[in-house]
Amino acid sequence: MSIALKSVGIRQVKNSLAKWLITLGGISVLFTLVLIFMYLLYVIKPVFESATISPVASFAIENEQQVLATGLDELQELAYTINTSGNINYYALKPDHQILTDDKKVALTFQESISDSKITNVIDAGENYKLLLDENNHVFLISPKFQTSYDTGAREVIPHISYPLGEESIAVDEQGAEFTHLSFAMNDEKAVFIGFTQDQRLIKTTLIAEDDFSYDPSYEIEYQTIDLSTNQVDEVLVTPDLAMAFIQNGDQVLVFDLSDDSDVELKATIIPQLAQSREKPMHITAMALLSGGSSVLLGDSNGKVSQWFEVATDNGRQFKQIRTFNVSDTEAVRQIHTEQFRKSFYTFTDSGEMGTFYTTSEADLWRGNLTNNIPDSFVISPRSDGLLMFTNNQFQLFSVKNEHPEVTWQALWQEVWYEGYPEAEYIWQSTSGSDDFEGKFSLVPISFGTMKAAMYAMLFAVPIALTAAIYTAYFMTPGLRKKVKPTIELMEALPTVILGFLAGLWLAPIIETNLPAIALLFIMLPISVFITAFAWHNLPKELKAQIPETWAPIILIPVLILVAYLAFALSPVMETYLFGGDIRQYITNDLGIDFDQRNALVVGIAMGFAVIPTIFSMAEDAIFSVPKHLTSGSLALGATQWQTLIKVVLLTASPGIFSAIMMGLGRAVGETMIVLMATGNTPILDWSIFQGMRTLAANIAVEMPESEVGSSHYRILFLAAFVLFIFTFVFNTLAEFVRQRLREKYSSL
Amino acid sequence: MNKWFKSGSPWIWLSAGGVSLSLISVLGLLWLIASRGLSYFWPAQVHQFELMDNQGNASTVIGEIYDRESIPSQQLVHLNLDLDPSEETVERLLIKTGNRELVSLDFRWILVPEITQQSTPEKLVVVERRTNGNFYGFIEAVIQDGKSVSIDTLPSLLTRVLELQDKIETLQKVEIGAINYQLERLRLRERKHKLQETLTLDRAQDIANEVAILQAKYQVLEKRLLALRDETARDQIKLRAMDDQIVTVSFADILKVTNNNQMNSFEKLMMFFSQIAVFVSDDPREANTEGGVFPAIFGTVLMVLLMTVIVSPMGVIAAIYLHEYAGNNALTKLLRIAVINLAGVPSIVYGVFGLGFFVYMVGGSLDQIFYPETLPSPTFGTPGVMWSAITLAILTLPVVIVSTEEGLSRIPAAMRHGSLALGATKVETLWRIILPIASPAIMTGIILAIARAAGEVAPLMLVGVVKMAPNLPLDGNFPFLHLDRKFMHLGFHIYDVGFQSPNVEAARPLVYATALLLVTIIISLNMTAVSIRNKLREKYRMLEH
Repeated sequence: MSIALKSVGIRQVKNSLAKWLITLGGISVLFTLVLIFMYLLYVIKPVFESATISPVASFAIENEQQVLATGLDELQELAYTINTSGNINYYALKPDHQILTDDKKVALTFQESISDSKITNVIDAGENYKLLLDENNHVFLISPKFQTSYDTGAREVIPHISYPLGEESIAVDEQGAEFTHLSFAMNDEKAVFIGFTQDQRLIKTTLIAEDDFSYDPSYEIEYQTIDLSTNQVDEVLVTPDLAMAFIQNGDQVLVFDLSDDSDVELKATIIPQLAQSREKPMHITAMALLSGGSSVLLGDSNGKVSQWFEVATDNGRQFKQIRTFNVSDTEAVRQIHTEQFRKSFYTFTDSGEMGTFYTTSEADLWRGNLTNNIPDSFVISPRSDGLLMFTNNQFQLFSVKNEHPEVTWQALWQEVWYEGYPEAEYIWQSTSGSDDFEGKFSLVPISFGTMKAAMYAMLFAVPIALTAAIYTAYFMTPGLRKKVKPTIELMEALPTVILGFLAGLWLAPIIETNLPAIALLFIMLPISVFITAFAWHNLPKELKAQIPETWAPIILIPVLILVAYLAFALSPVMETYLFGGDIRQYITNDLGIDFDQRNALVVGIAMGFAVIPTIFSMAEDAIFSVPKHLTSGSLALGATQWQTLIKVVLLTASPGIFSAIMMGLGRAVGETMIVLMATGNTPILDWSIFQGMRTLAANIAVEMPESEVGSSHYRILFLAAFVLFIFTFVFNTLAEFVRQRLREKYSSL
Repeated sequence: MNKWFKSGSPWIWLSAGGVSLSLISVLGLLWLIASRGLSYFWPAQVHQFELMDNQGNASTVIGEIYDRESIPSQQLVHLNLDLDPSEETVERLLIKTGNRELVSLDFRWILVPEITQQSTPEKLVVVERRTNGNFYGFIEAVIQDGKSVSIDTLPSLLTRVLELQDKIETLQKVEIGAINYQLERLRLRERKHKLQETLTLDRAQDIANEVAILQAKYQVLEKRLLALRDETARDQIKLRAMDDQIVTVSFADILKVTNNNQMNSFEKLMMFFSQIAVFVSDDPREANTEGGVFPAIFGTVLMVLLMTVIVSPMGVIAAIYLHEYAGNNALTKLLRIAVINLAGVPSIVYGVFGLGFFVYMVGGSLDQIFYPETLPSPTFGTPGVMWSAITLAILTLPVVIVSTEEGLSRIPAAMRHGSLALGATKVETLWRIILPIASPAIMTGIILAIARAAGEVAPLMLVGVVKMAPNLPLDGNFPFLHLDRKFMHLGFHIYDVGFQSPNVEAARPLVYATALLLVTIIISLNMTAVSIRNKLREKYRMLEH
């Protein structure tokens, strides 16, 4: 007895254990879907986060001399100061990986002497160059650098100073006058100084490398004076590509063309529309060059920053105001600092309020007061992930979390005006050969492409699939239906890679060479069906009995094949007589339509084939399961077969047909291989049937393997996948919901 | 006429036209793939064309007729041909001329009106080579060890070389491959000890000794390999091409010499079958455009098997839960929506998810924990066959669920009640009664899942497939099954060869053949599944009565 009981006990335990396991297994399906959803969101989320800036360290330094400039290494481990005595002092920011506290003073860890005479000014010349001006009006160019060494076993950062133009001072001005403004830029062959002297001359000094500045600092020097109609200069900037100089002259900016070595010409004058309110005088208060040097940013006393770059117009290239940023409502913009590699900039107003912006995406990323007033020196770390401020011998280090400023909801879905483009456009261009390329991520062209491909596919598939479904479900004899239905459904099993391959390599060239035939087919196929039907109608009775109407699909097969053959045979003839022998030439030259070999027509047909079985199968089920007593009733009341079909059957089955089309649309939207292989994958905005497109799915397949993990590009591709996911989720859930309702309706009938 | 229109008959015919069109497209598609795919294996006639162009230059073209098309004669006006003006179209032929080392393009179009003479000389041979594609020409001489010998010795010389080549391949792939693999493992072992700071002098010495032994072995094998290679290059064959150039081809380079024009139908048939055998069992050559697809078949099968192992239990358990345990509540409804949506989510989304979640997140963590010695080169943190199998398992999960549930729902309630009434617990009923009866339905689901997975390409492009895998994921080196390796896949092979290969025209027949293979596999899997399902339905219908 006890043994039996025990066995019952074990069996019960097993039973409930199994129950739990199976329940867990069942729920894991839901869990999987939620996991996919959440994971996609998790990857996308950082893209839409705005910047965060948090303090890392703050400490005072001991320094007798006045500090003129500061700097930072790439990993934010060392900071340096340049003081009036011509010394560079280095300070370790993270000694022994400890966070520095407020009251801690940091000792000087390293010192290097540049000049014996007193330094009066340090000019930041971009790309890690500093110009040192001493009291004797000598100019030195230095570039503080950092090397990582493992010689002692542990990691060490060793600072050193490199002199790209030699350790000797550079005679920038022939007459040795003092500069009020000086700007500098160089590449491997040339270095250019633009300066404004105390005696009011605007000069250009060009150093031409004897060999290559990257390893040999020797040069020849050339002096020029630039004619200037005024003697007021407030700021001077040279673009890093040595092509232009921007001279601020009061409330206007003069742009000089430097590309011609012998002749510096005034190229344009930028006069911002400052007069917006009469009470306050409006002035340009700050000027800076955006990374890349094509855009200039102008800050005004009204608290606005405007971005300007050259745009090709009908009257040649002109500087245009592209966009403005509202930095402050009450205060003037005092300083603009730009990042070295990205199109971001930081602003300061009088009260020390800082703002962080990204130009292209018009993102307003951060605002706030990190200090009570404008810092004496402000440095953005080379990787744009840290800020170093220096005020009253006090360093403050901040970490910046701002990895994807170029992506905003607006930039993804609205027109964006990129540098060098004539107007704002929707562009998807994620990579390019050049280094200073800016990724252009507009989801509009690829979403449009998805829609276009799906639309052409549905235009092709819906009529065929629905008519086939109607006939199979309602008119066909059961014997034939048993064979026809699985045959058409077999198409669903065909791998789409094969459909895509046939579309791209077999169908596309056929369509290209036989365009008239394809056009002819669309007209001749329905007509030939009518003619056959009429011919059958007029057959003698005995023959009709032998070939019943239920055989219509079989009768039509040879007819349709024959018509297709005829159309193709007629194609070259039509081409000769109607289109001057070459229809492609005719379309491109006479009609002015661009023609791609792999175009929307090819995709429409190929993807149509992929979608037909989905729609056919579900619509057929819906029509077939319309209760028989409904049709019998209608027929008994004297309606014809066709009337019954239209008024009773289709009406009852319409939700099912709707859900079939939804499912088909869902499939067409997400299809990858066919579009990938049957289109040219160019992201264009054009409904033309003779042009291709790029879809979300194909875009992911093409670009995902090459995108860098964690980059904006990678996350935007995840966003594209998420959009697809949501798209199909809505379609499928809607279709399923409608189908459930229909099932309930049928069972109640 | 009007009455006829009112009767709706024309519309009925029009809808019948929809059925006809669908049938034509399905069957036409299958026929297209089958005919193009099979013709790849059929030994083609080699033609010799004598051409005369409009300037009176005569030339000879030798090759296989690859394609023919007619074009409007107006498109050729600029060529100033003297064509029959009454003809609106001109026929032209695409000839595969091979001989890639002599001409830059191994295909050329010739216009039919330019042909003055066309023949199929019996002496023309097709030489299939390891590099530079086919050679079409006449045998001038066979040279054995520097001496010219009779052409009749060709088959025996060729057999000898092919045997040598087999030896070389085993030596290279199996023996030398194993040594390289062991050397790499030793390097990793050393690195691991270094990282864990457990590299004692003894250990270092052991490893160094083993490396030395392996390298000595390698030296021996390499010598043997070089000797064999020299052996294969002993004999040559002299061939005369269409422009009377003489080309010497080493036997080391030759795979097959055939005399297509002399073959009778039976010989052609035999060759047809042997070509198919070579296609499914050989490795690809020349950037995948020639040779066989064995690694792709192997990769597809292995990946699908792995997937089956994962998806079957998951799918069956979920289906059992939905049908046997789930109550009629909101959770069940949600679950059903989840199943429908899992089936409807685009496959590329699974690829993106698999890449981000499995490869980078899970795989990256596995590497950190278990394979720190190979970092920064990833082991599981990179696309591979295991991640592909798991990703496709999620993708095909709904297929198994839906099919299994359908099977479960067809089992008459009486069988359950009988079992329960006799005192069996629910799980015993499931295990002993329900599952055995439903097993054909489960089988159907699994077969359909396999068919779906075998044809899916888009997600695999992200999670593990490559155009050319140097090693199969299964080989003779411990642990034999290398789940971290990338693999080749038939579907991707089609995409890659058809669209990424440098010589698309030459590769096209191979793509058709691959497509035929894939379609055959998938269609037969589907038909099997459908027929099992139909039989099952019949059986249940009988059980009910």
